[in-house]
Amino acid sequence: MKFQFQSIGHLLDMGGHGFYVWSAVIVTLIVIIGLIVRPLLQHRVVLNQIAQELAREKLRKKTTGEGN
Amino acid sequence: MNWVWFYRLGSPLWFYQTTTRWLPWLSLLAFMLLATGLVWGLGFAPQDAKQGNSFRIIYMHVPASFLALVGYFLMAAAGAIGLIWKMKLSYMVMKAAAPIGAALTFLALFTGAVWGKPTWGSYWVWDARITSMLILLFLYFGVLALQYAFHNEEASNKASAVLALVGTVNIPIIYKSVDWWYTLHQPSTIKLTSAPSMHPDMFQPLLVMILGFYCFYVVALCLFTRVEILRRERKTTWVGDLIGSSNNAVEGEK
Repeated sequence: MKFQFQSIGHLLDMGGHGFYVWSAVIVTLIVIIGLIVRPLLQHRVVLNQIAQELAREKLRKKTTGEGN
Repeated sequence: MNWVWFYRLGSPLWFYQTTTRWLPWLSLLAFMLLATGLVWGLGFAPQDAKQGNSFRIIYMHVPASFLALVGYFLMAAAGAIGLIWKMKLSYMVMKAAAPIGAALTFLALFTGAVWGKPTWGSYWVWDARITSMLILLFLYFGVLALQYAFHNEEASNKASAVLALVGTVNIPIIYKSVDWWYTLHQPSTIKLTSAPSMHPDMFQPLLVMILGFYCFYVVALCLFTRVEILRRERKTTWVGDLIGSSNNAVEGEK
């Protein structure tokens, strides 16, 4: 097994097909990273929302408790 | 017959805890396979005698198309299990599979287009394989849209599941389209029943990429499902405990 290209320039050029090959690579990486990052961000947002709800609930119980 | 495993599989809590433990390792494996396959395929695999270096797009195109189809089957199967056994987790998996499948189908179409241009001289042809893949994309969109079309969660789950099941008709059509119709698209490189029509030096990195995409798919599916689990189980005590323990951890750091 050997590296098929003489230089980085040749690797980027891909024998004239560089645009097609590298745009496929870039879009693939964007899709893969996007499908990992998006649920991770959503996960954090949902956890924060639930934590706020719980805190509000706690506060409400506390204030009504003092009212009695 | 012991059915405990089946009920356990249906438990969102069990799924959440198990994936918390396994996801880091599976992500690492997916990353290593994808990185190896990509470097191998782009830099070290020999170039194709007819297509030159543009054939290297195969290392993204075939795995993405493969998982787009497998993902559809998985989504439809999850929908069927939900309809038959009313399993909560199953519907969550179905809902999680839709955006991933849509993204992978888009990726298959995009990489196909940039491969088609240097090979056939056109980004797009209304050919049997390509058109049936476009229909697959619309089916995924349909399942996604139906999730938001009803106020009632039960109704939207059922509608999505039925659409997903009906749409499975399209999968064998996509698979067989290159054999049934005269088409520009080349026939499958990999077949279950015979040796691959590809030199091992080119085939091995492709196999690594397909394995990598499989692992990546499972990771993404688990991540999306976990979000769905938290959303639907927010009122349960275990989610409350989960938040409580993570809050304590943050306070402990201060």
